[in-house]
Amino acid sequence: MVPLFSAEGLSSLIFIFIVMTTVLGAVIATHSERLIRAVTGLAICFIGVAGLYYYLHSPFVALMEMLIYVGAVCVTIVFAVMLADPNPTGGVLKKSIFTGPLSFGLGIMLFWGLSALAGKTAWVAPAGRVNDGSLEEVGRALLTNYSMAFELISLVLLLAIIGALVLARGGRTRAGGES
Amino acid sequence: MPEPFRVILFIVFVMAFAGLNAAYLVWCERKGAGHIQRRIGPKEVGPYGLLQPIADGIKLMTKQLFLPKGVDPVLFMVAPLMVMVPAIMSFMVIPFSETFVAREVNIGLLMIFAFASVNVLGLLLGGWGSANKYAVIAAARCVSQNIAYEIPMLITTITMVMVTNTMNLNEMIRSQSGWFFHWHIFRLDMSLMMPVAFLIFFICSLAETNRAPFDMAEAESELVAGAYTEYPGMGFGVFFMGEYANIVIGCALTTILFLGGWQAPIPFNPAGFLGVIWGLFWFFLKLYALIFTVIWIRWTYPRTQFYELLNLSWKVLIPFSLFNLILTALQIKIFPWL
Repeated sequence: MVPLFSAEGLSSLIFIFIVMTTVLGAVIATHSERLIRAVTGLAICFIGVAGLYYYLHSPFVALMEMLIYVGAVCVTIVFAVMLADPNPTGGVLKKSIFTGPLSFGLGIMLFWGLSALAGKTAWVAPAGRVNDGSLEEVGRALLTNYSMAFELISLVLLLAIIGALVLARGGRTRAGGES
Repeated sequence: MPEPFRVILFIVFVMAFAGLNAAYLVWCERKGAGHIQRRIGPKEVGPYGLLQPIADGIKLMTKQLFLPKGVDPVLFMVAPLMVMVPAIMSFMVIPFSETFVAREVNIGLLMIFAFASVNVLGLLLGGWGSANKYAVIAAARCVSQNIAYEIPMLITTITMVMVTNTMNLNEMIRSQSGWFFHWHIFRLDMSLMMPVAFLIFFICSLAETNRAPFDMAEAESELVAGAYTEYPGMGFGVFFMGEYANIVIGCALTTILFLGGWQAPIPFNPAGFLGVIWGLFWFFLKLYALIFTVIWIRWTYPRTQFYELLNLSWKVLIPFSLFNLILTALQIKIFPWL
């Protein structure tokens, strides 16, 4: 047992706090009736995940998680939610009686699969990969080992931009006054 | 002094700084506005109205914190904190002087941008949670504005990272040591468009902090008080403190990236305690000169139209910043010895 008021004790305490934040965010995201609260839960969850990355010695990935997922993805989702009805009346979906047990079973299977995967993988000791999360290493990995994925992602983004342009172009008319 | 105590002391300093700074920037703003509009500004409370911010603070704190009907209580209360807390976090990595910094983080620049991006979410949720038409319109405007201006700002920042080869703010400042023409804004040998990059960055930081002429989120003549309309007392006060803290962060980043941070304009750096004071003096001089410019701009130019605001970003700032990025990359490749 590690004493609480030591560097390790405090850091494990903060780690537990971060895990709780992640789980709490996820529960809020899936269980709230109002969409906007669900997005807030998602944001909390992402902040927790960023903390987890920090504990994996990857401050760069942690901050990127904050910048992109909290700062961009969540904001975009909220922006989309704003176009919806602010206070929807009635439930979101009619639930069938199978929904609960089915999702419970699927959740258990997913949890079992992921933990089996984590248990069987031969992890490299953290000391051996201390530089993996640094800026230079991430950049090098993106342009060598994972360049294919990197290029494909840029292709997807390009498609998204062109698609948005096509959609926006067709929708704009001059009938409604000055544009 | 042991490291944890130093950091805690620094946190106390930053909280005090953020609060006092917000209070006295409001005073500066009102005095500046007064003089620009040929009136006196606050003058009743204390000499030159210097106690006015404290009186305002007491007034805000004694007001009742009530929840208007129909608001989302959780989001409504959390939103001001989501503007204030990230701002305080960002202060942790800003080097006020070479050794006067809470933590010298290797990716400090990224950290500031990561936390600054939460700020939008706070305004958005506050505006939405208020269940008020003006607030929702303001929130929607605020997001499209912030998304539009984040792009040129980040591209310009990438240019600066390419030039300095680091994301450590202190390292970036160290690379600008010596005479004032070593500051990045004057380094035409690094990129011919350096002054333009400075201008782009400054304009974007104005827009990101929702300052006039880009204050579409508040726009008091059209939207009452925008996203803050429903906030009583200190809820509004915290929003305002967050806004002023963000202005300081924006101007501090501009100072660090382009104006040499705590470097004096002459190559003279005394050692020890005097050096800390010397660095602090130059940093705050540059910082407050920029903040004065921000106030000056607000009371000189009228608010832009929303379409013009978006056009400026997408049709002017983004192309120019992209061109600057390519030009800088070329200059680094062609003249690698510079």
